Amino acid sequence: MNAPTEHPRKPRVAVHKFSSCDGCQLAFLNLGEDLLTLAGRIDLVHFAEAGPLDPDTGVDVAFVEGSVSTQEDLERIEHIRAHSSVLIAIGACATSGGIQGLRNQANGTEWVAQIYSHPEAIASLARSTPISSHVKVDFELWGCPVSGPQMLAVVNALLLGVAPRDNADKVCTECKRQGYPCVMVSRGIACMGPVTRAGCGALCPSLGRDCYGCYGPAENANTDALAAQFASLGLTPEAAVRRFQSINSQAPVFRAAADKLRTGSHD
Amino acid sequence: MFAQPDRAGFLPLAQLPALVARLMALGYQCLGPVVEQGAVVMRALESPDDLPRGLQAEQAPGHYRLTSDPHKRYFAWANGPQAIKPLTFAPQESLWRVERDDAGGLQFAAVTPPVARQAIIGVRACDLAALALQDAHFLREGRRDPHYAQRREQLFLVAVQCAVPAATCFCASTGDGPTPTAGYDLALAELADGFVAAAGSDRGEAVLNALNLAPATAQQIEAARQQGQSAAAAQTRSLPSRNLRDSLMNQLEHPRWDDVAARCLACGNCTAVCPTCFCHAEADAPALDGATSRHERIWDSCFVEGHGHLHGFNVRPDIRTRYRQWLTHKLATWHDQFGRSGCVGCGRCIAWCPVGIDLTEEVAALTAGGPP
Repeated sequence: MNAPTEHPRKPRVAVHKFSSCDGCQLAFLNLGEDLLTLAGRIDLVHFAEAGPLDPDTGVDVAFVEGSVSTQEDLERIEHIRAHSSVLIAIGACATSGGIQGLRNQANGTEWVAQIYSHPEAIASLARSTPISSHVKVDFELWGCPVSGPQMLAVVNALLLGVAPRDNADKVCTECKRQGYPCVMVSRGIACMGPVTRAGCGALCPSLGRDCYGCYGPAENANTDALAAQFASLGLTPEAAVRRFQSINSQAPVFRAAADKLRTGSHD
Repeated sequence: MFAQPDRAGFLPLAQLPALVARLMALGYQCLGPVVEQGAVVMRALESPDDLPRGLQAEQAPGHYRLTSDPHKRYFAWANGPQAIKPLTFAPQESLWRVERDDAGGLQFAAVTPPVARQAIIGVRACDLAALALQDAHFLREGRRDPHYAQRREQLFLVAVQCAVPAATCFCASTGDGPTPTAGYDLALAELADGFVAAAGSDRGEAVLNALNLAPATAQQIEAARQQGQSAAAAQTRSLPSRNLRDSLMNQLEHPRWDDVAARCLACGNCTAVCPTCFCHAEADAPALDGATSRHERIWDSCFVEGHGHLHGFNVRPDIRTRYRQWLTHKLATWHDQFGRSGCVGCGRCIAWCPVGIDLTEEVAALTAGGPP
């Protein structure tokens, strides 16, 4: 893509929803004035939550929220990939399988039978999987939900014709820049910040609570060391498993940490 | 602070607010100890009476808890996660901006933030030693950082002698405390009924004179001196030498690096709380309308991926090499760069490490066997 003044036409953008809560699309809608500026620079052809409905036209950039959780999802993601130059997965569901990925390690059929009076009406796949399990993903934005500034930075980079900048550093880096005292140290609570990706601006620690890992694993996440510290802080292995098994339970690093805790193979 | 005992004054406890009031009257925003999320942090005081009494900080590896001082002293809390560093080396700031002019060219302009006059009340000897090292980096000949310099010049520093070191403190072994010796405008040593007060600069002298203090007696000065000696003797941690350059650089393949890497989270907290760490990253933040962009600087850390990123590969891909980089720079190659160690013995990296890695313990293990 070229600089805005030279662009022959505004880039066409679509926002698609898969199995998700719509919260990441709200990161777009909540941009306020920036959304108006953005609307002047892109052509939003499909964004069901905001109005425009045209899922089939080819686009320059497709944002995909949600995990692949049904047979229909499987077919639709292939179609979207084939009609998009750049595909960006947004949010925990699209990047790791999301909270609904918890069913991957359980007996989903049994759960459905217990919860729904007409289980035959539920047609979901046995596993909830990230978009990258099915098609090539050009960039992933982690988070539950992703933040507005993150979304803007990605769109802006694409408009300027450069690759979006990935930030896989730990939440701690943002936390310390904001000057928040470490809650693990000053209050002895089990924080996932040291193994979790930055991007939220250390939102939970800013409120004096522990990070719960909603941005997924950071690079070089030493989950063994964190699990050992959780044990020192008094967490049972079951409680520690739950810290790793929530929003991003199927992210390989968090899943491996939980499996290790379950089998008791930690020192 | 006892170099010129005949010029030291005595500030009675009840007059401490008068000192703060004087600084406020001179136009300083006064920062002092405030409790936030269970820790002592430096924040703006609203009134001269806002300094808290009776705070103490119990510290251990990976552990910090506020407790109360039975003697209700003002400065028994040793230290908190930060003191001066964030005020001089901003955690995130814009350095310059660029905008497209009508002819399509680019116009660059420095961003110079407004700087308030700030006085910090309660900095420690280790903080002052660290500030001198930050000065050596940011104000070095030919590479003076204007943002740092601007904030640094207006700072008024009220130092206090540490009477109650934390279990994580080891400034006596690095030679940087517990009694302030240089780099302050005013230095206080807290006794039961007041403070021995000494000026370290002309403006400190002027503030002291305006308070019309009685001279400190020889007994008061001796009590303060002894208090400093007791505080040094009470420290339980130490480094084996003030120059570990060769003993660490000879141990680059020591198995202890693997051992510490297994425990280290590579979260970078040690580098953020370290008062001498100065690494930063820079990035551009273009505005959404495509017309302007800001060039930003943020605190960086040798524990993050980007710090070791070179074109096409990473020189420090794992936690072992990152921890080793941190420790060997801080305690070894710092000597080549600045003529001394980069560690001032504040112990923050020990207390604020979420998994309690103890720098003094790692050094002891790495250097125990002597040269290989």
